[in-house]
Amino acid sequence: MCGIAGLIHRGKSSNVGHELQGMLQALKHRGEDSTGYALYGDTDGKNFIMRFKVGENVGEGSTSVAEDVSVYDERKKIVDSYLAEMGAKIIKEERILPYSLRYEIEYNKKDLLEFSQKIESIPGVEILSMGKSLEVIKDLGNAKMVCDRYNLDKLVGTHAIGHARMATESGVDIKSAHPFWGYPFSDVSVVHNGQLTNYWNNRRALENKGMRFMSECDSELIAVYLAEKMRDGASLEEGMKESLTGLDGVFTYFVATKDSLGMAKDTMAAKPLVLYESDDLVAMGSEEIAIRSILPQEIDTYDPFDGEVKVWQI
Amino acid sequence: MANLKNVTKKTKAQAMGMHSEVLTGRTQQKFFNPDEAENFYYFGTYDVDFNKRTDLDVKNLTAAEANKELDNLMSQGYGTIVIKNPQGKHSLGVGILNKLNLIFEGSLGYFGMGSSDGPIVRINGRVGWSCAENLMAGKVVIEKNAGSCFGAAIRGGDLICKGSVGARTGIDMKGGTIIIGGDAGAFTGFMMQRGRIIILGDVGINLGDSMYDGTIFVGGEIGSYGSDAVDSELTQSDQDWLRRKLRVAEIGENFDVSKMKKIVAGKKLWNYDNLEPAEKKGAI
Repeated sequence: MCGIAGLIHRGKSSNVGHELQGMLQALKHRGEDSTGYALYGDTDGKNFIMRFKVGENVGEGSTSVAEDVSVYDERKKIVDSYLAEMGAKIIKEERILPYSLRYEIEYNKKDLLEFSQKIESIPGVEILSMGKSLEVIKDLGNAKMVCDRYNLDKLVGTHAIGHARMATESGVDIKSAHPFWGYPFSDVSVVHNGQLTNYWNNRRALENKGMRFMSECDSELIAVYLAEKMRDGASLEEGMKESLTGLDGVFTYFVATKDSLGMAKDTMAAKPLVLYESDDLVAMGSEEIAIRSILPQEIDTYDPFDGEVKVWQI
Repeated sequence: MANLKNVTKKTKAQAMGMHSEVLTGRTQQKFFNPDEAENFYYFGTYDVDFNKRTDLDVKNLTAAEANKELDNLMSQGYGTIVIKNPQGKHSLGVGILNKLNLIFEGSLGYFGMGSSDGPIVRINGRVGWSCAENLMAGKVVIEKNAGSCFGAAIRGGDLICKGSVGARTGIDMKGGTIIIGGDAGAFTGFMMQRGRIIILGDVGINLGDSMYDGTIFVGGEIGSYGSDAVDSELTQSDQDWLRRKLRVAEIGENFDVSKMKKIVAGKKLWNYDNLEPAEKKGAI
Protein backbone atom coordinates (compact mmCIF):
# COMPACT_ATOMS: atom_id res chain seq x y z
CA MET A 1 0.00 0.00 0.00
CA CYS A 2 2.63 2.57 1.14
CA GLY A 3 2.06 6.16 2.19
CA ILE A 4 3.79 9.30 1.02
CA ALA A 5 3.94 12.79 2.45
CA GLY A 6 5.59 16.06 1.55
CA LEU A 7 5.65 19.69 2.49
CA ILE A 8 7.27 22.91 1.36
CA HIS A 9 7.50 26.18 3.24
CA ARG A 10 7.59 29.13 0.94
CA GLY A 11 9.65 32.10 2.04
CA LYS A 12 10.79 30.63 5.35
CA SER A 13 12.37 27.65 7.07
CA SER A 14 10.82 25.39 9.63
CA ASN A 15 11.48 22.25 11.64
CA VAL A 16 10.78 20.00 8.65
CA GLY A 17 12.32 16.92 10.29
CA HIS A 18 9.78 17.04 13.10
CA GLU A 19 6.90 17.94 10.80
CA LEU A 20 7.58 15.13 8.32
CA GLN A 21 8.00 12.66 11.17
CA GLY A 22 4.50 13.55 12.36
CA MET A 23 3.04 13.22 8.87
CA LEU A 24 4.65 9.85 8.19
CA GLN A 25 3.81 8.48 11.61
CA ALA A 26 0.15 9.31 10.92
CA LEU A 27 0.47 7.11 7.82
CA LYS A 28 2.20 4.19 9.51
CA HIS A 29 -0.83 1.94 9.00
CA ARG A 30 -0.04 2.13 5.28
CA GLY A 31 3.25 0.34 5.89
CA GLU A 32 6.07 0.33 8.39
CA ASP A 33 8.55 -2.08 6.84
CA SER A 34 10.75 0.92 6.25
CA THR A 35 10.49 4.69 6.38
CA GLY A 36 12.50 7.26 4.50
CA TYR A 37 13.04 10.98 4.67
CA ALA A 38 14.40 13.38 2.06
CA LEU A 39 15.08 16.56 3.99
CA TYR A 40 16.24 19.82 2.45
CA GLY A 41 18.07 21.51 5.29
CA ASP A 42 19.39 25.02 5.69
CA THR A 43 23.07 24.99 4.73
CA ASP A 44 25.59 27.53 3.49
CA GLY A 45 25.54 25.74 0.13
CA LYS A 46 29.33 25.47 -0.10
CA ASN A 47 29.90 21.79 0.57
CA PHE A 48 28.22 18.61 -0.56
CA ILE A 49 26.47 16.42 1.97
CA MET A 50 26.83 12.74 1.13
CA ARG A 51 24.66 10.21 2.94
CA PHE A 52 25.76 6.67 2.18
CA LYS A 53 25.60 3.17 3.52
CA VAL A 54 28.32 0.55 3.72
CA GLY A 55 25.95 -2.25 4.61
CA GLU A 56 22.36 -3.11 5.35
CA ASN A 57 20.29 -3.09 8.51
CA VAL A 58 20.01 -6.80 9.30
CA GLY A 59 17.70 -6.34 12.27
CA GLU A 60 14.32 -7.94 12.84
CA GLY A 61 12.23 -8.15 9.67
CA SER A 62 15.14 -7.49 7.32
CA THR A 63 15.59 -9.64 4.23
CA SER A 64 19.31 -8.81 4.04
CA VAL A 65 22.16 -11.18 4.75
CA ALA A 66 24.07 -10.47 7.96
CA GLU A 67 27.66 -9.29 7.58
CA ASP A 68 30.48 -8.79 10.05
CA VAL A 69 30.85 -5.16 11.15
CA SER A 70 34.52 -5.32 10.22
CA VAL A 71 33.42 -5.44 6.58
CA TYR A 72 31.77 -2.07 7.04
CA ASP A 73 35.03 -0.62 8.36
CA GLU A 74 36.92 -1.96 5.35
CA ARG A 75 34.42 -0.43 2.95
CA LYS A 76 34.56 2.91 4.74
CA LYS A 77 38.34 2.95 4.40
CA ILE A 78 38.08 2.37 0.66
CA VAL A 79 35.47 5.15 0.36
CA ASP A 80 37.83 7.52 2.19
CA SER A 81 40.72 6.59 -0.09
CA TYR A 82 38.63 7.03 -3.25
CA LEU A 83 37.46 10.45 -2.05
CA ALA A 84 41.07 11.49 -1.55
CA GLU A 85 41.94 10.19 -5.02
CA MET A 86 39.20 12.29 -6.59
CA GLY A 87 40.24 15.42 -4.72
CA ALA A 88 37.23 15.44 -2.42
CA LYS A 89 38.08 16.73 1.04
CA ILE A 90 36.08 15.43 4.02
CA ILE A 91 35.14 18.45 6.15
CA LYS A 92 32.97 16.62 8.66
CA GLU A 93 32.31 12.94 9.26
CA GLU A 94 29.48 11.32 11.21
CA ARG A 95 28.93 7.61 11.62
CA ILE A 96 25.36 7.49 12.86
CA LEU A 97 25.15 3.70 12.76
CA PRO A 98 27.79 1.10 11.84
CA TYR A 99 26.37 0.89 8.32
CA SER A 100 25.20 4.48 7.83
CA LEU A 101 27.39 7.54 7.39
CA ARG A 102 27.12 11.26 6.68
CA TYR A 103 30.00 13.20 5.18
CA GLU A 104 30.34 16.87 4.46
CA ILE A 105 32.62 17.08 1.47
CA GLU A 106 34.42 19.88 -0.30
CA TYR A 107 34.29 18.88 -3.95
CA ASN A 108 34.52 21.36 -6.80
CA LYS A 109 33.41 19.36 -9.83
CA LYS A 110 29.79 19.73 -10.89
CA ASP A 111 29.41 16.38 -12.65
CA LEU A 112 28.64 13.78 -10.01
CA LEU A 113 28.40 10.82 -12.37
CA GLU A 114 32.07 9.89 -12.33
CA PHE A 115 32.22 10.55 -8.59
CA SER A 116 29.22 8.34 -7.85
CA GLN A 117 30.34 5.53 -10.13
CA LYS A 118 33.71 5.45 -8.39
CA ILE A 119 32.25 5.32 -4.88
CA GLU A 120 29.59 2.76 -5.79
CA SER A 121 32.13 0.51 -7.50
CA ILE A 122 32.89 -0.65 -3.95
CA PRO A 123 30.66 -3.70 -3.33
CA GLY A 124 28.05 -3.03 -0.63
CA VAL A 125 28.39 0.74 -0.80
CA GLU A 126 25.50 2.91 -1.97
CA ILE A 127 25.17 6.67 -1.98
CA LEU A 128 21.73 7.43 -0.56
CA SER A 129 21.93 11.07 -1.48
CA MET A 130 24.34 13.70 -2.68
CA GLY A 131 23.58 17.37 -2.64
CA LYS A 132 24.21 20.73 -1.05
CA SER A 133 20.91 20.70 0.80
CA LEU A 134 19.39 17.23 0.38
CA GLU A 135 19.83 14.49 2.95
CA VAL A 136 18.14 11.11 2.38
CA ILE A 137 17.75 9.05 5.52
CA LYS A 138 16.00 5.69 5.26
CA ASP A 139 15.93 2.61 7.38
CA LEU A 140 13.71 -0.19 8.61
CA GLY A 141 10.82 0.60 10.96
CA ASN A 142 8.19 3.28 11.26
CA ALA A 143 8.71 7.04 11.06
CA LYS A 144 9.31 7.59 14.75
CA MET A 145 11.82 4.76 15.01
CA VAL A 146 13.84 6.07 12.08
CA CYS A 147 13.57 9.66 13.28
CA ASP A 148 14.83 8.72 16.76
CA ARG A 149 17.59 6.51 15.36
CA TYR A 150 18.98 9.31 13.17
CA ASN A 151 18.09 12.34 15.36
CA LEU A 152 16.03 14.01 12.65
CA ASP A 153 13.61 15.72 14.97
CA LYS A 154 15.44 19.04 15.06
CA LEU A 155 16.42 19.33 11.42
CA VAL A 156 15.49 22.77 10.08
CA GLY A 157 14.88 23.33 6.38
CA THR A 158 12.49 24.49 3.71
CA HIS A 159 10.95 21.32 2.34
CA ALA A 160 10.86 17.56 2.65
CA ILE A 161 9.31 14.41 1.22
CA GLY A 162 8.97 11.02 2.86
CA HIS A 163 7.67 7.52 2.48
CA ALA A 164 6.21 4.83 4.74
CA ARG A 165 6.72 1.51 2.95
CA MET A 166 4.85 -1.73 2.87
CA ALA A 167 7.22 -3.97 0.92
CA THR A 168 5.55 -5.83 -1.93
CA GLU A 169 7.62 -6.64 -4.98
CA SER A 170 11.09 -6.29 -3.46
CA GLY A 171 12.86 -6.93 -0.17
CA VAL A 172 12.66 -5.33 3.23
CA ASP A 173 15.98 -3.52 3.14
CA ILE A 174 17.42 -0.03 2.92
CA LYS A 175 18.31 -0.29 -0.75
CA SER A 176 14.62 -0.83 -1.65
CA ALA A 177 13.37 1.85 0.71
CA HIS A 178 12.30 5.27 -0.53
CA PRO A 179 13.15 8.10 -1.14
CA PHE A 180 15.39 7.44 -4.11
CA TRP A 181 18.10 9.86 -5.02
CA GLY A 182 17.84 11.18 -8.62
CA TYR A 183 21.31 9.81 -9.39
CA PRO A 184 23.58 11.48 -10.48
CA PHE A 185 21.84 14.83 -10.05
CA SER A 186 22.60 16.87 -6.98
CA ASP A 187 19.66 17.43 -4.62
CA VAL A 188 16.99 15.43 -6.51
CA SER A 189 14.84 12.87 -4.67
CA VAL A 190 11.67 10.87 -5.37
CA VAL A 191 9.01 9.00 -3.37
CA HIS A 192 6.27 6.91 -4.95
CA ASN A 193 3.04 5.17 -4.04
CA GLY A 194 1.79 2.63 -6.59
CA GLN A 195 2.99 -0.05 -8.99
CA LEU A 196 4.75 0.43 -12.32
CA THR A 197 3.95 -2.26 -14.83
CA ASN A 198 6.51 -1.43 -17.54
CA TYR A 199 9.44 -1.41 -15.11
CA TRP A 200 11.63 -3.92 -16.91
CA ASN A 201 11.09 -2.45 -20.38
CA ASN A 202 12.02 0.99 -19.10
CA ARG A 203 14.87 -0.30 -16.99
CA ARG A 204 16.50 -2.15 -19.90
CA ALA A 205 16.17 0.93 -22.12
CA LEU A 206 17.60 3.25 -19.47
CA GLU A 207 20.46 0.92 -18.59
CA ASN A 208 21.39 0.83 -22.27
CA LYS A 209 21.61 4.62 -22.06
CA GLY A 210 24.06 4.38 -19.15
CA MET A 211 21.68 4.97 -16.24
CA ARG A 212 22.22 3.10 -12.95
CA PHE A 213 19.78 1.08 -10.83
CA MET A 214 20.68 0.01 -7.32
CA SER A 215 17.59 -2.03 -6.39
CA GLU A 216 14.81 -4.01 -8.00
CA CYS A 217 12.15 -1.70 -6.57
CA ASP A 218 9.90 -0.37 -9.34
CA SER A 219 9.75 3.04 -7.69
CA GLU A 220 13.44 3.61 -8.35
CA LEU A 221 12.52 3.76 -12.02
CA ILE A 222 10.83 7.14 -11.50
CA ALA A 223 14.00 8.73 -10.13
CA VAL A 224 16.10 7.26 -12.94
CA TYR A 225 13.49 8.13 -15.59
CA LEU A 226 13.38 11.78 -14.49
CA ALA A 227 17.16 11.96 -14.14
CA GLU A 228 17.54 10.75 -17.73
CA LYS A 229 15.06 13.35 -18.99
CA MET A 230 16.91 16.11 -17.15
CA ARG A 231 20.24 14.82 -18.43
CA ASP A 232 18.85 15.29 -21.92
CA GLY A 233 17.90 18.89 -21.17
CA ALA A 234 14.27 18.67 -20.04
CA SER A 235 13.10 20.66 -17.03
CA LEU A 236 11.79 18.79 -14.00
CA GLU A 237 8.20 19.68 -14.86
CA GLU A 238 8.64 18.60 -18.49
CA GLY A 239 10.08 15.28 -17.36
CA MET A 240 7.20 14.75 -14.96
CA LYS A 241 4.63 15.45 -17.67
CA GLU A 242 6.35 12.98 -19.99
CA SER A 243 6.29 10.38 -17.24
CA LEU A 244 2.47 10.32 -17.32
CA THR A 245 2.65 8.44 -20.62
CA GLY A 246 6.17 6.98 -20.34
CA LEU A 247 5.39 5.15 -17.10
CA ASP A 248 2.65 2.56 -17.14
CA GLY A 249 0.72 1.51 -14.08
CA VAL A 250 -0.79 3.35 -11.14
CA PHE A 251 1.16 5.94 -9.29
CA THR A 252 1.27 9.12 -7.30
CA TYR A 253 4.78 10.40 -6.78
CA PHE A 254 6.61 13.41 -5.37
CA VAL A 255 9.88 14.85 -6.60
CA ALA A 256 11.95 17.40 -4.78
CA THR A 257 14.92 19.46 -5.88
CA LYS A 258 17.00 22.03 -4.03
CA ASP A 259 14.37 24.71 -4.41
CA SER A 260 11.17 22.98 -5.55
CA LEU A 261 8.64 20.28 -4.81
CA GLY A 262 6.47 18.54 -7.39
CA MET A 263 3.71 15.95 -7.58
CA ALA A 264 2.34 13.80 -10.40
CA LYS A 265 -0.71 11.58 -10.50
CA ASP A 266 -1.36 8.89 -13.12
CA THR A 267 -4.12 9.14 -15.69
CA MET A 268 -6.26 6.56 -13.85
CA ALA A 269 -6.08 8.54 -10.58
CA ALA A 270 -5.85 5.19 -8.88
CA LYS A 271 -3.64 6.23 -5.99
CA PRO A 272 -4.72 8.68 -3.34
CA LEU A 273 -3.39 12.15 -2.70
CA VAL A 274 -4.76 14.97 -0.59
CA LEU A 275 -3.36 18.43 -1.01
CA TYR A 276 -3.35 21.59 1.08
CA GLU A 277 -2.07 24.76 -0.53
CA SER A 278 -1.63 28.24 0.93
CA ASP A 279 0.66 31.19 0.21
CA ASP A 280 3.33 30.06 2.66
CA LEU A 281 2.86 26.30 2.91
CA VAL A 282 2.01 23.33 0.70
CA ALA A 283 1.43 20.02 2.45
CA MET A 284 0.31 16.79 0.86
CA GLY A 285 -0.06 13.16 1.72
CA SER A 286 -1.76 9.91 0.89
CA GLU A 287 -4.39 10.67 3.51
CA GLU A 288 -5.69 13.82 5.13
CA ILE A 289 -4.62 12.69 8.59
CA ALA A 290 -1.02 13.24 7.51
CA ILE A 291 -1.74 16.90 6.85
CA ARG A 292 -3.79 17.16 10.03
CA SER A 293 -0.76 16.12 12.08
CA ILE A 294 0.82 19.51 11.32
CA LEU A 295 -2.33 21.55 10.68
CA PRO A 296 -4.96 20.50 13.22
CA GLN A 297 -7.17 23.53 12.54
CA GLU A 298 -9.91 23.41 9.92
CA ILE A 299 -8.39 23.85 6.45
CA ASP A 300 -9.42 23.42 2.83
CA THR A 301 -7.93 20.39 1.10
CA TYR A 302 -8.61 18.67 -2.20
CA ASP A 303 -7.66 15.67 -4.33
CA PRO A 304 -5.68 16.52 -7.48
CA PHE A 305 -7.32 15.08 -10.60
CA ASP A 306 -6.03 12.36 -12.91
CA GLY A 307 -2.93 13.19 -14.95
CA GLU A 308 -2.16 16.27 -12.89
CA VAL A 309 1.36 17.60 -12.44
CA LYS A 310 2.16 20.45 -10.08
CA VAL A 311 5.45 22.04 -9.04
CA TRP A 312 5.99 24.60 -6.27
CA GLN A 313 9.06 26.73 -5.55
CA ILE A 314 10.34 27.63 -2.10
CA MET B 1 -39.76 10.92 -21.61
CA ALA B 2 -43.47 10.73 -21.15
CA ASN B 3 -45.38 13.05 -18.89
CA LEU B 4 -45.25 11.42 -15.47
CA LYS B 5 -48.93 12.04 -14.79
CA ASN B 6 -49.88 9.87 -17.73
CA VAL B 7 -47.51 6.95 -17.30
CA THR B 8 -48.54 3.78 -15.53
CA LYS B 9 -47.03 2.86 -12.20
CA LYS B 10 -45.24 -0.04 -13.83
CA THR B 11 -43.22 2.16 -16.14
CA LYS B 12 -42.90 5.23 -13.92
CA ALA B 13 -39.49 4.25 -12.59
CA GLN B 14 -38.32 3.70 -16.15
CA ALA B 15 -39.73 7.04 -17.26
CA MET B 16 -37.88 8.78 -14.44
CA GLY B 17 -34.61 7.32 -15.67
CA MET B 18 -34.14 5.04 -12.68
CA HIS B 19 -33.69 2.11 -14.99
CA SER B 20 -34.54 1.31 -18.58
CA GLU B 21 -34.44 -2.45 -18.98
CA VAL B 22 -37.63 -4.48 -18.88
CA LEU B 23 -37.50 -6.80 -15.92
CA THR B 24 -38.89 -10.24 -16.63
CA GLY B 25 -39.22 -13.53 -14.81
CA ARG B 26 -39.77 -14.15 -11.13
CA THR B 27 -38.29 -11.73 -8.66
CA GLN B 28 -36.86 -12.31 -5.25
CA GLN B 29 -37.24 -8.63 -4.42
CA LYS B 30 -39.13 -7.94 -1.20
CA PHE B 31 -41.48 -5.03 -1.52
CA PHE B 32 -42.08 -2.47 1.19
CA ASN B 33 -45.16 -3.03 3.29
CA PRO B 34 -45.97 -0.23 5.77
CA ASP B 35 -48.01 -2.61 7.90
CA GLU B 36 -44.99 -4.70 8.80
CA ALA B 37 -43.20 -3.25 11.79
CA GLU B 38 -39.86 -4.79 10.85
CA ASN B 39 -39.74 -2.54 7.82
CA PHE B 40 -39.08 0.45 10.03
CA TYR B 41 -36.29 -0.64 12.33
CA TYR B 42 -33.19 -2.72 11.99
CA PHE B 43 -32.13 -4.86 14.89
CA GLY B 44 -30.11 -2.83 17.39
CA THR B 45 -31.23 0.58 16.19
CA TYR B 46 -32.87 3.35 18.20
CA ASP B 47 -35.90 5.56 18.20
CA VAL B 48 -34.34 8.99 18.65
CA ASP B 49 -35.71 12.47 19.27
CA PHE B 50 -34.48 15.14 16.82
CA ASN B 51 -35.04 17.82 19.48
CA LYS B 52 -32.65 16.12 21.87
CA ARG B 53 -29.24 17.53 20.94
CA THR B 54 -25.67 17.01 22.15
CA ASP B 55 -22.04 17.49 21.15
CA LEU B 56 -19.33 14.84 20.86
CA ASP B 57 -15.65 15.85 20.72
CA VAL B 58 -13.71 13.04 19.03
CA LYS B 59 -10.30 14.74 19.06
CA ASN B 60 -8.77 12.22 21.42
CA LEU B 61 -10.86 9.21 20.39
CA THR B 62 -10.07 6.53 17.85
CA ALA B 63 -12.63 5.95 15.10
CA ALA B 64 -13.88 2.83 16.87
CA GLU B 65 -14.25 4.68 20.17
CA ALA B 66 -16.01 7.60 18.47
CA ASN B 67 -18.47 5.32 16.67
CA LYS B 68 -19.17 3.44 19.88
CA GLU B 69 -19.86 6.69 21.73
CA LEU B 70 -22.13 7.80 18.87
CA ASP B 71 -24.06 4.58 19.26
CA ASN B 72 -24.26 5.14 23.00
CA LEU B 73 -25.71 8.65 22.49
CA MET B 74 -28.32 7.31 20.06
CA SER B 75 -29.26 4.66 22.60
CA GLN B 76 -30.00 7.53 25.01
CA GLY B 77 -32.38 9.02 22.48
CA TYR B 78 -30.23 11.87 21.14
CA GLY B 79 -31.48 12.63 17.63
CA THR B 80 -29.21 15.58 16.82
CA ILE B 81 -25.52 15.04 17.40
CA VAL B 82 -22.70 17.46 16.56
CA ILE B 83 -19.30 15.81 16.11
CA LYS B 84 -16.44 18.16 16.88
CA ASN B 85 -12.79 17.83 15.78
CA PRO B 86 -13.09 14.83 13.43
CA GLN B 87 -9.72 15.96 11.95
CA GLY B 88 -9.72 13.62 8.97
CA LYS B 89 -10.23 10.41 10.93
CA HIS B 90 -11.28 7.39 8.90
CA SER B 91 -14.52 5.43 9.15
CA LEU B 92 -16.47 7.90 11.27
CA GLY B 93 -20.25 7.52 11.36
CA VAL B 94 -20.37 4.18 9.60
CA GLY B 95 -23.28 1.78 9.84
CA ILE B 96 -25.93 4.15 11.23
CA LEU B 97 -29.22 2.43 10.46
CA ASN B 98 -31.77 4.78 11.98
CA LYS B 99 -32.99 8.32 11.60
CA LEU B 100 -30.50 10.81 12.97
CA ASN B 101 -29.50 14.40 12.42
CA LEU B 102 -25.70 14.30 12.39
CA ILE B 103 -23.37 17.26 11.92
CA PHE B 104 -19.60 16.99 11.53
CA GLU B 105 -17.72 20.20 12.31
CA GLY B 106 -14.64 19.41 10.27
CA SER B 107 -13.34 16.91 7.73
CA LEU B 108 -13.52 13.13 7.50
CA GLY B 109 -11.01 10.61 6.17
CA TYR B 110 -11.82 7.41 4.30
CA PHE B 111 -15.17 5.58 4.40
CA GLY B 112 -17.00 8.33 6.29
CA MET B 113 -20.72 7.52 6.71
CA GLY B 114 -20.30 4.18 4.93
CA SER B 115 -23.08 1.56 4.94
CA SER B 116 -25.65 3.88 6.46
CA ASP B 117 -29.42 3.79 6.09
CA GLY B 118 -31.46 6.81 7.07
CA PRO B 119 -29.44 9.58 8.72
CA ILE B 120 -29.41 13.20 7.58
CA VAL B 121 -25.76 14.26 7.66
CA ARG B 122 -23.98 17.57 7.11
CA ILE B 123 -20.19 17.61 6.94
CA ASN B 124 -18.74 21.11 7.23
CA GLY B 125 -15.44 20.07 5.70
CA ARG B 126 -13.93 17.68 3.21
CA VAL B 127 -14.30 13.91 2.94
CA GLY B 128 -11.72 11.33 1.87
CA TRP B 129 -12.11 8.29 -0.36
CA SER B 130 -15.29 6.24 -0.48
CA CYS B 131 -17.56 8.60 1.41
CA ALA B 132 -21.04 7.13 2.06
CA GLU B 133 -20.13 3.88 0.31
CA ASN B 134 -23.17 1.61 0.11
CA LEU B 135 -25.57 4.29 1.41
CA MET B 136 -29.10 2.87 1.48
CA ALA B 137 -31.18 5.93 2.36
CA GLY B 138 -30.87 9.37 3.91
CA LYS B 139 -29.01 12.47 2.89
CA VAL B 140 -25.32 13.34 3.19
CA VAL B 141 -24.19 16.89 2.39
CA ILE B 142 -20.50 17.78 2.11
CA GLU B 143 -19.73 21.49 2.18
CA LYS B 144 -16.23 21.26 0.67
CA ASN B 145 -14.46 18.73 -1.60
CA ALA B 146 -14.57 14.94 -1.70
CA GLY B 147 -12.00 12.27 -2.59
CA SER B 148 -12.28 9.42 -5.06
CA CYS B 149 -14.96 6.71 -5.13
CA PHE B 150 -17.50 9.19 -3.78
CA GLY B 151 -20.78 7.33 -3.29
CA ALA B 152 -19.42 3.98 -4.41
CA ALA B 153 -22.16 1.35 -4.72
CA ILE B 154 -24.87 3.48 -3.13
CA ARG B 155 -28.36 2.04 -3.38
CA GLY B 156 -30.45 5.03 -2.36
CA GLY B 157 -30.48 8.41 -0.70
CA ASP B 158 -29.03 11.74 -1.75
CA LEU B 159 -25.31 12.38 -1.66
CA ILE B 160 -24.37 16.00 -2.23
CA CYS B 161 -20.91 17.52 -2.53
CA LYS B 162 -20.80 21.28 -2.93
CA GLY B 163 -17.15 21.26 -4.02
CA SER B 164 -15.27 19.00 -6.44
CA VAL B 165 -14.86 15.23 -6.25
CA GLY B 166 -12.10 12.81 -7.27
CA ALA B 167 -12.11 9.86 -9.67
CA ARG B 168 -14.66 7.02 -9.98
CA THR B 169 -17.54 8.92 -8.40
CA GLY B 170 -20.63 6.71 -8.24
CA ILE B 171 -18.71 3.60 -9.22
CA ASP B 172 -21.05 0.61 -9.25
CA MET B 173 -23.96 2.65 -7.85
CA LYS B 174 -27.28 0.88 -7.81
CA GLY B 175 -29.67 3.70 -6.99
CA GLY B 176 -29.96 7.07 -5.32
CA THR B 177 -28.70 10.44 -6.49
CA ILE B 178 -25.26 12.00 -6.38
CA ILE B 179 -25.06 15.78 -6.87
CA ILE B 180 -21.75 17.58 -7.36
CA GLY B 181 -21.48 21.34 -7.37
CA GLY B 182 -17.95 21.49 -8.79
CA ASP B 183 -15.92 19.24 -11.07
CA ALA B 184 -15.61 15.45 -11.09
CA GLY B 185 -12.59 13.29 -11.95
CA ALA B 186 -11.97 10.42 -14.38
CA PHE B 187 -14.25 7.36 -14.65
CA THR B 188 -17.25 9.09 -13.09
CA GLY B 189 -20.20 6.67 -13.13
CA PHE B 190 -17.91 3.71 -13.84
CA MET B 191 -20.02 0.53 -14.07
CA MET B 192 -23.06 2.28 -12.60
CA GLN B 193 -26.20 0.19 -12.69
CA ARG B 194 -28.97 2.47 -11.49
CA GLY B 195 -29.53 5.94 -10.09
CA ARG B 196 -28.52 9.36 -11.24
CA ILE B 197 -25.45 11.57 -11.06
CA ILE B 198 -25.61 15.35 -11.51
CA ILE B 199 -22.38 17.27 -12.11
CA LEU B 200 -22.64 21.02 -12.48
CA GLY B 201 -18.98 21.50 -13.42
CA ASP B 202 -16.59 19.69 -15.74
CA VAL B 203 -15.93 15.97 -15.69
CA GLY B 204 -12.77 14.00 -16.55
CA ILE B 205 -12.05 11.23 -19.02
CA ASN B 206 -14.04 8.02 -19.51
CA LEU B 207 -17.35 9.31 -18.20
CA GLY B 208 -19.84 6.50 -17.60
CA ASP B 209 -17.42 3.81 -18.69
CA SER B 210 -19.17 0.41 -18.91
CA MET B 211 -22.32 1.80 -17.35
CA TYR B 212 -25.15 -0.70 -17.33
CA ASP B 213 -27.95 1.72 -16.70
CA GLY B 214 -28.80 4.95 -14.90
CA THR B 215 -28.35 8.54 -16.00
CA ILE B 216 -25.60 11.14 -15.74
CA PHE B 217 -26.25 14.86 -16.17
CA VAL B 218 -23.27 17.14 -16.85
CA GLY B 219 -23.31 20.93 -16.84
CA GLY B 220 -19.71 21.58 -17.96
CA GLU B 221 -17.18 20.03 -20.31
CA ILE B 222 -16.71 16.27 -20.65
CA GLY B 223 -13.11 14.97 -20.91
CA SER B 224 -14.20 11.92 -22.90
CA TYR B 225 -16.94 9.31 -22.97
CA GLY B 226 -16.30 5.86 -21.63
CA SER B 227 -17.17 2.62 -23.36
CA ASP B 228 -20.92 2.37 -24.03
CA ALA B 229 -21.78 5.82 -22.64
CA VAL B 230 -23.88 7.81 -25.10
CA ASP B 231 -25.74 11.11 -25.27
CA SER B 232 -29.48 11.18 -24.80
CA GLU B 233 -32.15 13.83 -25.22
CA LEU B 234 -32.69 16.09 -22.20
CA THR B 235 -36.47 16.19 -21.83
CA GLN B 236 -38.68 18.69 -20.07
CA SER B 237 -39.31 16.11 -17.33
CA ASP B 238 -35.56 15.81 -16.81
CA GLN B 239 -35.23 19.56 -16.47
CA ASP B 240 -38.10 19.76 -14.00
CA TRP B 241 -36.58 17.00 -11.94
CA LEU B 242 -33.11 18.61 -12.05
CA ARG B 243 -34.45 21.98 -10.89
CA ARG B 244 -36.36 20.37 -8.04
CA LYS B 245 -33.42 18.24 -6.99
CA LEU B 246 -30.95 21.14 -7.03
CA ARG B 247 -33.35 23.33 -5.07
CA VAL B 248 -33.81 20.68 -2.40
CA ALA B 249 -30.05 20.12 -2.30
CA GLU B 250 -29.47 23.89 -1.88
CA ILE B 251 -26.93 23.83 -4.65
CA GLY B 252 -26.57 25.51 -8.05
CA GLU B 253 -29.09 28.27 -7.50
CA ASN B 254 -29.92 29.89 -10.88
CA PHE B 255 -28.04 27.12 -12.73
CA ASP B 256 -29.38 26.77 -16.28
CA VAL B 257 -30.30 23.07 -16.37
CA SER B 258 -31.63 23.32 -19.94
CA LYS B 259 -28.04 23.30 -21.26
CA MET B 260 -27.01 20.17 -19.35
CA LYS B 261 -25.93 17.06 -21.22
CA LYS B 262 -27.64 13.77 -20.48
CA ILE B 263 -25.59 10.58 -20.73
CA VAL B 264 -27.03 7.09 -20.59
CA ALA B 265 -25.92 3.52 -21.37
CA GLY B 266 -25.71 2.63 -25.06
CA LYS B 267 -26.55 -0.96 -24.09
CA LYS B 268 -24.04 -2.38 -26.54
CA LEU B 269 -22.44 -4.22 -23.64
CA TRP B 270 -25.67 -5.95 -22.71
CA ASN B 271 -24.86 -9.52 -23.60
CA TYR B 272 -26.16 -11.32 -20.55
CA ASP B 273 -29.09 -12.80 -22.45
CA ASN B 274 -26.69 -14.53 -24.81
CA LEU B 275 -24.58 -15.88 -22.01
CA GLU B 276 -27.24 -17.05 -19.63
CA PRO B 277 -28.65 -19.94 -21.72
CA ALA B 278 -25.16 -21.32 -22.19
CA GLU B 279 -24.51 -21.09 -18.48
CA LYS B 280 -27.79 -22.80 -17.72
CA LYS B 281 -26.95 -25.57 -20.13
CA GLY B 282 -23.61 -26.04 -18.45
CA ALA B 283 -25.25 -26.19 -15.05
CA ILE B 284 -27.77 -28.77 -16.18
